[in-house]
This record gives sequence, structure tokens and C-alpha cells, in this order.
Amino acid sequence: VRERTSGRHRALVGVACEVRQQRVDEGSGTIQQLHDPGSAAWLRDLRDEGPQRFHALEELRELLLRAARREAARRRIPSLLGGVELEDLCQQAADDALMAVTSKLDTFRGASRFTTWAYKFAVFEISVKLRRHAWVGRTIPMAHDDPTWDRFGAVGIQAGDQLEAVDLLGAVRRAVVDELTPRQRDVFVAAVLNDVPIDALAERLGATRGAVYKVLHDARRILRRRLERDGYLGPVGER
Amino acid sequence: MNERDLRELLGTNREDSGCDEALGILDRYAEAEVEGRDVEALFPAVAEHLRSCQACMEDHDGLVALIHEGLET
Repeated sequence: VRERTSGRHRALVGVACEVRQQRVDEGSGTIQQLHDPGSAAWLRDLRDEGPQRFHALEELRELLLRAARREAARRRIPSLLGGVELEDLCQQAADDALMAVTSKLDTFRGASRFTTWAYKFAVFEISVKLRRHAWVGRTIPMAHDDPTWDRFGAVGIQAGDQLEAVDLLGAVRRAVVDELTPRQRDVFVAAVLNDVPIDALAERLGATRGAVYKVLHDARRILRRRLERDGYLGPVGER
Repeated sequence: MNERDLRELLGTNREDSGCDEALGILDRYAEAEVEGRDVEALFPAVAEHLRSCQACMEDHDGLVALIHEGLET
């Protein structure tokens, strides 16, 4: 943590250069009309050519760090995370969120307050790091993991419903094998049947959250169609 | 497992924005929600996505909490 904190000045200087370069490259010297003066002040200061930019970056990083810490606390992290380790993840999240905010500064259109827009990156960065951290060193169950289906089938079945449950589970399993691609099967079994967080799965597969979700979304749609066709589900367009 | 469980697992046919679009406008969505506006009507595909994606829903909850708390000094 100390090492990361001591490197903060260098990181801020680097970010300041990036913001200045962005302005030169895109020639966007004007600050758009914003609804709230606070957002306009943030944009003005972050685009300043002088020392105001550096002060704004320092203030913004502090804000992002507080947001990351608050979000980590809200999630009540399991005991595997000690204080120093958790603080280090928060510091990393603040650094990454600061980079995201500055690199996307010219995409901010003022549709929300600047601070809300910036918080979004802090929340995203710390949540991804926490989910991934919780699965470091753990095996992610995949489609060929038979115990997955046994565990899943045993959960929440009342004695009178056992036949229906076994029949339904068998139909789902057949549909997973018959209809899904290997990647769709792996993602479905890990994320849906084993509650593996999508960010942990994305890291393991070398993909983004959005890409993994798309695979999962397609898999669900394919399974719905198959199970509707086989009479196990009525139309599920409405809840 | 029964049909209701299966519906929970497999979701619906409603339009789903996906993670990237949802995260792109999550700041607007969260502010609108905090202001009491009808986010289901304003952003139906994002609302559907949040119901289906636990990670994005948790991020949404965290952002809403930060808006309520206000970290600026």
C-alpha cells in the first residue's frame, strides 16, 4: 500500500499529461453547457493548462478512493480479505478509475452530475477486483463437472415434487448438452448453476464482463426455446 | 426444481441492453431513480438487464448508495 501511495504523485503527473494531450488532440477547448455548476467546475479544472489541473486530479483521486472504500465496506467483504489487502485493492481501484475518468473525459455530456459519472468507474473497478479476488486459486466448475448437476438437483426439492424435479432437471441437462456450444455450456454451468461471479469468469476466460454476459444471454435464450418446444416451459416473455 | 425455478434460471424474452450499454448510462439511470423518476419506462432494456445480471445490479446498488450518501466535502 505504501509503495502504491508513494507512486501516486508520478501517476498523477502521468494522468495530467494525458488530459492535456487529449485536449490538444481533440481540440475541444470549450466546456459544454452543463446543468450544475459543480460539474462545470470539475471539467474546467481538469482541462486547465496550469496547476489547477493537478489539484483537481488530486481531489478527484481522493474522491474515487473514498467511493471505492465505501463500496467495499457496503459489500461486507468475507474474512479472507485483511485490512491491508482490502486497502490495496481500493487504492488500485482508485488509480484505475482515475485513468478511466480522464481517458473518457471528452465523452462526458453532462447528462448526470460529474461526480455520479466518476463514482460509476470507482464502483465498477472495486467490484470487479473484489469478485476476482474472491475466486483467486479456486477451481471454476465447468460443464463436464457432474457433481454440479447432482448438487443443483438436490437443492430445495420437496418430497412430493421429486419426480417433477428430476424430470425437469434431466430436460435442462439434455438441452444444455444438445443445444449449447462448449463455451456456452461452460459459462452457463459456471455462472448459473454454480454462482461463479461473471467478473471472475471473464478473467479466467480472458474476456470482458459484457462478452461473457452475451454468451450467457444467448445460452439462456436457446435453452428457453428448447424447453418451450419440449413442453417444459410456457412462453416466458412476460413475468 | 420446478417451472418457476426454471424461469428464474432462464430469464425472459424481453429486450436486454447487455452490460456495456447498461454501464454506459448507469449514472443517468441511478440519478433518475434517486429522483423518483420511472426508470422502467425511461430505460426499459437497462432495467431488464439489471434484473438478469447480478454484477451490474450490484454496481447499480453501490452507485445509488453513493449518490444518497454524497462523498464530496
